Amino acid sequence: MSVWRQLTYGFRSLLHRSKADNDAADEVRQYFEETVAAWQERGLTEEDAKRAARLELGNMTVVREQVRSFGWENAFRTLASDLGYAARQLRSHPGFAIVSVLTLALGIGASTAIFSAVDPILFEPLPYPHASRILTIWNTYQGARSELSFGTYRELAQRSRSFESMTIFEPWQPALTGGEQPEWLEGQGVSASFFHMLGVAPVLGRDFQPSEDVFNGPKVVILSDRLWQRLFHGDPGILGRAIKLDGDTFTVIGVMPHSFEDVLSSSTDIWTPAQYDTRQIAKDFTSGAWGNHLRMAGRLRPGVSRAQAIQELAQIAGTPWPDFPRPRWASLNRGLIVDSLQDDIARTVKPALLAVLGAVLLVLTIACVNVINLLLARSAQRHGEFAVRAALGASKRRIVRQLITESLLLAALGGALGLGVAVAGVRALIALSPPGLPRVNAITVDTMAFAFAFAVTTLIGVVTGLIPALHVSREEVRPRLEQTSRRTAGGHAFTRRALVVTEVALALVLLVGAGLLLHSMRRLLAVDPGFNPAHLLTMQVQTSGRQFDDLASAPGAGDSVRRRFFRKALDAVRRVPGVKQAAFTSALPLSGDPSWVTTYGAQFENDDPTGGYNVTRYAVGPDYCQTMGIPVLSGRCIDEKDTITSPQAALISNSLARTEFPGKNPIGKRLHVGPTNRPWYVIVGVVADVKQDSLAVNQPDAVYLSTEQTWFADDTLSFVIRTRGDLALLAPAIKNAIWSVDNDQPIVRVATMDALLAVTDAQRSFVLILFEAFGLAALALAAVGMYGVLAGSVVERTREIGVRAALGASRGNILAMILRDGMRLTALGVLIGLCGAIVAGHALVSLLYGISSLDWMTYLGVVALLTAVAGGACWLPAWRAARVDPSITLRAE
Amino acid sequence: MSNPNTDVIQGTLDMLILKTLSLEPLHGFGIARRVEQISRGVFKVNPGSLLTALQRLERAGWLDSEWRQTTNARRAKFYRLTRAGKKQLDLETADWSRRASAIARLLRQEG
Repeated sequence: MSVWRQLTYGFRSLLHRSKADNDAADEVRQYFEETVAAWQERGLTEEDAKRAARLELGNMTVVREQVRSFGWENAFRTLASDLGYAARQLRSHPGFAIVSVLTLALGIGASTAIFSAVDPILFEPLPYPHASRILTIWNTYQGARSELSFGTYRELAQRSRSFESMTIFEPWQPALTGGEQPEWLEGQGVSASFFHMLGVAPVLGRDFQPSEDVFNGPKVVILSDRLWQRLFHGDPGILGRAIKLDGDTFTVIGVMPHSFEDVLSSSTDIWTPAQYDTRQIAKDFTSGAWGNHLRMAGRLRPGVSRAQAIQELAQIAGTPWPDFPRPRWASLNRGLIVDSLQDDIARTVKPALLAVLGAVLLVLTIACVNVINLLLARSAQRHGEFAVRAALGASKRRIVRQLITESLLLAALGGALGLGVAVAGVRALIALSPPGLPRVNAITVDTMAFAFAFAVTTLIGVVTGLIPALHVSREEVRPRLEQTSRRTAGGHAFTRRALVVTEVALALVLLVGAGLLLHSMRRLLAVDPGFNPAHLLTMQVQTSGRQFDDLASAPGAGDSVRRRFFRKALDAVRRVPGVKQAAFTSALPLSGDPSWVTTYGAQFENDDPTGGYNVTRYAVGPDYCQTMGIPVLSGRCIDEKDTITSPQAALISNSLARTEFPGKNPIGKRLHVGPTNRPWYVIVGVVADVKQDSLAVNQPDAVYLSTEQTWFADDTLSFVIRTRGDLALLAPAIKNAIWSVDNDQPIVRVATMDALLAVTDAQRSFVLILFEAFGLAALALAAVGMYGVLAGSVVERTREIGVRAALGASRGNILAMILRDGMRLTALGVLIGLCGAIVAGHALVSLLYGISSLDWMTYLGVVALLTAVAGGACWLPAWRAARVDPSITLRAE
Repeated sequence: MSNPNTDVIQGTLDMLILKTLSLEPLHGFGIARRVEQISRGVFKVNPGSLLTALQRLERAGWLDSEWRQTTNARRAKFYRLTRAGKKQLDLETADWSRRASAIARLLRQEG
């Protein structure tokens, strides 16, 4: 009952404010009139009665205010008036308002955007039930993770007891034919248990069955929602439909839910059972089932800990069973590497993301410091105003509340604008994101990020509001009002100066980070890739279709069809006007192909049978070295004479020549690449080392073979074409030339070598761009802060400066005094910042290339830049101080 | 001139208002006057406290109010005790008597 009354009466008074005001006024007036009447009854004149009533009752206005301010609804009225006042304050000081709101928006927006991007990768659980039970399992090669073979998977799946299910998966890029142009799909070949292991079932149709994951089993596929919508317009009748992939007919048996995300390969649109041939697996190590090119994951049984599983796998790796013979490259003698799925997908990008997150937190801190500084400066100018308000009866609480309202308003405005910045920032981040960034599709300004932004906003509001408020409330109000000459309150000035020192220090940390990354990038781009990337066009040509299949009656027939197609295509390309040289290779440097595709074992004639090298195997056509501009150091390159009938020729890279044949001539020596049951390859030449994976990675051991002399014909070759004219203009003509040979073959990844060079180490440049942006923002904020403090101090010290000038200080002296003041703050900030930068630089080590995290050139450059900018920010207030006219200043006092 | 009037004892204003209104509906000034008269001028009621207290009691549901003409033809806000107010008055009266007699006993013992 009474709660109801509280609400209804409150709302009524809120809705009918003037009526509530009038009622209160009427009631008080009636009370007063009755009192007057009572006095008149006692015989006083009207005038005297009124005076007596006033004496008796006191100030009726106060009474009315008291009556009117009763009730919960009046908290709103005060808030509204506080907000109104705060808004007027901001409007009347647009410079302050704009700088603060922009600073806050930048800080909040940037941190929200970065947090949104980092959250799904590092923090958010993966979108699978009990995702923490999913582990990835890797083979170990040279201490690092490497793919493993189907044979290894088969052994682990049968021997291990810790896992509910295990699965392998590998890239599968089929060409979809039957449409106007062949289309290249991103797919995965997987075990039947793949989706079951992830814990997600198709929304339409059914999952794979174990009976489908057998050699020559039924050809079935499951589609992603994305592909289903794009190609089949979400037609539910797709189930059971036949589609042509690489010339074979596949049946669609299922469609994954829209929400399903394949974090193992986010662009995957189609899945099929891998269907490995296990009939010869215990006898024939040359079969595809023993190639180390699979990734593996498993889901732990409930109640089994990760440590138990790791221990069990290590035990299995260490004790081979005779039932499961292992070849040299799958011996597991270095053990297995086991990781949680979440850590696994975040592993490569984690240092970069943490660096960016750290940088953005620095920016946010600088932004906060700057706003606090601005608010302090404002409150210093408003001492008079607060004194007047206090004298008029405003309580300290009321003033503090007003100040907090003002800063909350600022923070809210900054937060709103910051969310706009965040939305734009997330878009920019997705556009900028390096290829291979996991879970890009999951990056949105999500509720988590919203909550984060709001938490940050309110925190900043309260913190920034409280600091000046504490200053005000700590001071005695009256002396303020009486004081005519402005002097600076010591503690206050100290706080602001400390804040500027903080800003300089933080900006230095960011700038050193940006400088180190910039320097690394320059070093990296100066690295010789081992070939000449100028005027080089590249494209990948795939062969797919029945005509390339080997028939049981004619083994090797498919391979020769493939080789003939590529030879004809190359001839056609060479005839295109504007083409100077053209060649093809199975492995294109810097193309971002995973290393397992191109890495093979190599054994020289005199090597220990258990030894050998992991080398990049290039199957190349004639003229490859000349077209790429790879220097031939001795011997010759692969040419037209290396055919299927001539002796098997091989080139080795310089690094391989130096380690295997130090001081000797390798020409004429023999080796095996890949299977060891074939004739020896004879070394005919040594070529310079080429960067294959990225400019930063030194992995130059390589063997070049002729495409005519390899033990299988690669189904995909990259064409490299050196041209005279514009690369982009020639590309269509070249594609048409290839299609003139066979127009069913997809041509993909058309790119100039310069573009590939730019993409290599995209992660590093992604971090660099963000650090540069944040570093510049920090520099600008620090300059604004420095300027604000010095300008304020010049205003506060006008009188002192006037006295100094009157006593004979020259303009130069005064200029130097203010500059010295600012530079002292800068120097202190730089000193503190240097300590921070050393720590931060250490955290960046994994992203640096070719320089130490203590690179003195970078430090020197950053300190010089920061000092110059700070000097500029000091100069204006100093110059203004030097122009203080002593007579005017002193008279004004 | 010494003032024989005392402010109403802290916490008893609500009870005094309820008691006064239990006889007949009154406006604010009337209540103040009645309290002063009955207490023979011992209690002096401050208009600010009184009018705020009336609002509070009304919100609590113990009073109702309406605007009416007074006998001398002024428009005034008259307050009337509700049933809940009557109950509250009984409660507060009982409570007060209990405390007052306790204090009285203590004082007698002390003396």
